[in-house]
Amino acid sequence: MFPSRFDLVVAQSVGEAVEAKADVGEGGRFLAGGQSLIPMMKMRVAFPETLIDINRIAGLDAVERSNGHLHVGALVRHADVAASDAAFGAIAAAAPWVADPLVRNRGTMCGSVAHCDPEGDWNSVLLATGAAVIAQSPGGQRAIPIAEFVQGAFTSALAEDELVTGLRIPVPSGRFGGSYLKLERKIGDYATVAVASHLELDDSGAIAAAGLALTSVNPVNTKVVDAEAVLVGQQPSPEVFAEAAELAAAAAEPRDDVRGTAAWKRQVVRTYAKRGLAAAAQQAEGS
Amino acid sequence: MAAPTTPAEIGGIGHSVQRKEDARLIEGQGNFLDDIDLPGTLHMAILRSPLAHARINGIDSGAATALEGVVAVVTGDLMDQHGLAWMPTLSGDTQAVLATDKVRYQGQEVAAVIAVDPYIATDALELIEVDYEDLPPITTPQQSLEEGAALIRDEKEGQDDNLVYTWETGDPVATEQAFARADRVVTLETHYPRSHPAPLETCGILADVNSVTGQATIYMTSQAPHAHRTLFAMVAGLPEQNIRIVSPDIGGGFGNKVPIYPGYVVATAASLLIGRPVKWVESRTENLISTGFARDYYMKGELAVTDEGRILGLRVNMLSDQGAFYSDAQPSQFKAGLFHVVTGSYDFGAAHIDCKGAFTNKAPGGVAYRCSFRITEASYLIERLVQNAAYEVGIDPAEMRLRNFIQPEQFPYETATGFVYDSGDYPTALRTALEEVGYDDLRKEQAEARAEGRLIGIGIAHFTEAVGAGPSRTYDIAGLKMIDSAELRVHPTGKAILKLGVKTQGQGHETTFAQIVAEELGIPATDVKVEHGDTDHTPYGLGTYASRSTPVGGAATAVVSRKLADKAKKIAAHLLEAADEDIELDSGVLSVVGSPDRSVTIQDVALAAYTNLPEGMEYGLEDVTYYDPPNLTYPYGSYIVVVEVDPDTGVWEVQRMVALDDCGVRINPMIVEGQICGGLTEGFAMSAMQWITFDDDGNCIGANFMDYLVPTAWETPRFELLATEVPSPHHPIGAKGVGESATVGSPAAFVNAVIDAVAHLGVRNIDMPVLPDRVWAAIDAAG
Repeated sequence: MFPSRFDLVVAQSVGEAVEAKADVGEGGRFLAGGQSLIPMMKMRVAFPETLIDINRIAGLDAVERSNGHLHVGALVRHADVAASDAAFGAIAAAAPWVADPLVRNRGTMCGSVAHCDPEGDWNSVLLATGAAVIAQSPGGQRAIPIAEFVQGAFTSALAEDELVTGLRIPVPSGRFGGSYLKLERKIGDYATVAVASHLELDDSGAIAAAGLALTSVNPVNTKVVDAEAVLVGQQPSPEVFAEAAELAAAAAEPRDDVRGTAAWKRQVVRTYAKRGLAAAAQQAEGS
Repeated sequence: MAAPTTPAEIGGIGHSVQRKEDARLIEGQGNFLDDIDLPGTLHMAILRSPLAHARINGIDSGAATALEGVVAVVTGDLMDQHGLAWMPTLSGDTQAVLATDKVRYQGQEVAAVIAVDPYIATDALELIEVDYEDLPPITTPQQSLEEGAALIRDEKEGQDDNLVYTWETGDPVATEQAFARADRVVTLETHYPRSHPAPLETCGILADVNSVTGQATIYMTSQAPHAHRTLFAMVAGLPEQNIRIVSPDIGGGFGNKVPIYPGYVVATAASLLIGRPVKWVESRTENLISTGFARDYYMKGELAVTDEGRILGLRVNMLSDQGAFYSDAQPSQFKAGLFHVVTGSYDFGAAHIDCKGAFTNKAPGGVAYRCSFRITEASYLIERLVQNAAYEVGIDPAEMRLRNFIQPEQFPYETATGFVYDSGDYPTALRTALEEVGYDDLRKEQAEARAEGRLIGIGIAHFTEAVGAGPSRTYDIAGLKMIDSAELRVHPTGKAILKLGVKTQGQGHETTFAQIVAEELGIPATDVKVEHGDTDHTPYGLGTYASRSTPVGGAATAVVSRKLADKAKKIAAHLLEAADEDIELDSGVLSVVGSPDRSVTIQDVALAAYTNLPEGMEYGLEDVTYYDPPNLTYPYGSYIVVVEVDPDTGVWEVQRMVALDDCGVRINPMIVEGQICGGLTEGFAMSAMQWITFDDDGNCIGANFMDYLVPTAWETPRFELLATEVPSPHHPIGAKGVGESATVGSPAAFVNAVIDAVAHLGVRNIDMPVLPDRVWAAIDAAG
């Protein structure tokens, strides 16, 4: 398969990258791992006039904790997250389930977040744990809360001239646990259904904070706010998880397609929400 | 299994000799079609229809022609001027090369661009404007045969509906009588979905027609280069001596590289007209949406059984979805391939099979995807039926099979549909597999698990394959008899070159066939070079598919080796001053019977063949054999799969997979096991995830590897392989084909296992692929 003609700019700094983007405008696309963009180009679904390669920019490849946060740079590959001791809870659980080993070695977490594919894993995980997306433009930097960042299918709050330079994810201070249960048809497939769960417990063992988010069952990754509200303040139990799972199933509006029927996908959401929350609680109780 | 009779350094039959071809393939020194580069090569890209059914009112290729770097834009009208707008198919139909009147499936070839590089050729496709007028798409054979359905093949003389063929076999009266005697009739309606062989290397051609000499050298991903040469001569009218087909290393075929595709014809015509080499290599999507698909049979089977579990008769009604052109690659006597082998491994006297094919607005094909001509569908149906019959009669599915097996002493056994099975011991095979898997314990575990709400299923398939087409009295493709050949030449230093009419796509011919020579002549397998794929340098044959290489080409190799052995003995007799009939040949040593110290080696004899001959003997040590097999060979196997089903989601996982195969004598046990593992993986794929499906508009869902799923090592279960070895009585070395056994036999085992897990709920069918939503829906519906 043969893409259309394009120009290539190799940026040496974030400044250079965003300046280049400002110069080219709409026809420019940033290239990090390229695991979505390159296949789209070779299938001639995307035809950027200019690719701005950010892979040579120094200092964007760290995944580390500081000041109570996990920081993930724009060039951190999925495989780096999977291998990192700094990752935690649902993030550590999800990393090995992103795509396949080849894609994980090349593709970046930030690129996946910015792509806003509703079948992508990371935005569900971050909607559950909470996170801020760090965006840089020639005019300066801003931090966008993940729930605001994710706007729709392939649509983010990112402005035309902004580059995602990193993610800032709060690390819970108390007992916590997380999970990411993904049903995929084969390794490397997008999720048919996936559920990200995140629970923080207070000293009494009750749920102090909860995150529950769904992949591939709506036009956008979905944070199930009412389920989270039901969980907070409760002692973890099969009953409360079942109640949250019902709300998760109700929040899912999947379609019939080759992966399966809508009714079945909703059933998988229900099952995985129950199991995922139970796994998160077990992890939290053991932490 | 029998121990090898040759020492390891000779590496005859029974030795797991390392594959000779692997080193070059692993080290990047293979030579695949797209590796071949000729000076001045032009590149072709094909414009394909986005619609499933539409009339073409006009094609404007002006802007594409004007693009810098474009040499030519080829349309159907241009092909028509040379009489090449249509071409014959392997099943006696005609197929559009480039559409002139209408498009009949999404992905059909509409125009081609020839340009100086593939990027420009692809750019130019976007500049061609086609004026389409929508016609109603027909996406199922049921719709296709309805009264008043749109006529797909309106160009075909005498065709006033969408029926492709009707075909029946067996004895309807005897079958009727058997059903009248039955205590019950077990019915199964199931769809074997459309799948695609999806070789990792897509199809391609590099056509180099010399405008001065008329010599056409055609590099092509071909499983059947000789047949393709002859068909090119017949279709394009080129003199056959001027056509040389070279099939280089092939990255998998699985039946997909048997047909002649429109792109081959256009590229060859373009090279002829332009006078430069033209290369065309399909993209993945082109391969999946337009080239030979497989299966797509809607089957209704009825089994007449007694309360004791005896099968009395079988009735099958089958409707096949052929796509827009009837282009099955199959023996021409049979409209539904060897589907009538559907009586399987069982001894009963009556069967009747009634088949229909229908045109639809889908890609044509009907290739035998790792299968001997529709046997996969047949084997699947009977093995599913027998299991369901066991549930209905109330006996164990293993016992049901044991009560109905053809017994070892019944071979050769003629089935109700006329196949003559050559050899086998089915009860021993099944019992061995049952013991290995621990069947009785598993049934207890299953019952205990059910009590806890867990779902465990045990599925059995005992298949019989019919491979090695075939005897010339019965088997031809497009009029070409399905014989095959081997030419063996021993050089003066005792090294040999073996030339074959068959052509490997990864099966290991370069090793296996050398081992046959090693067995027969005692020349070490490493000293035998195997050449194949170049029609100027190998003898004629029908090629490699339908597990026919070893049954036919392997037999030819044994026979030609024996011819040379006879001559070698005469030369040895001369050298040893003994009588011809007193010489025996064992592992490369020719000695006088009773005086083992009076001996020469095969290498001594080879030198003598060119230097020191008996009076009147012709120089040289070489010969050629064309082998016409007396019968097919009938490999078989017992496969047992254990699954656990998640009742909440329908997701199922394979816990065990025990596969016993009997393919007669195993030439290279390691290669045989590799073939079996590959076939089991593909069988698993079809059972679990793999299908080509279409939406109501005829859009193909499954046009790339994101939607057409090929399992990786991660999904693929672990296989436990077992073997028995009942030789073929008519094959020179007792071997049977094996490449496709596992694909044929295993889908029923996987599906039966899932059904078995939920059979107590009353579930009797879930169509392939057995997707978790279908399992969950079946459980849900059963309450």
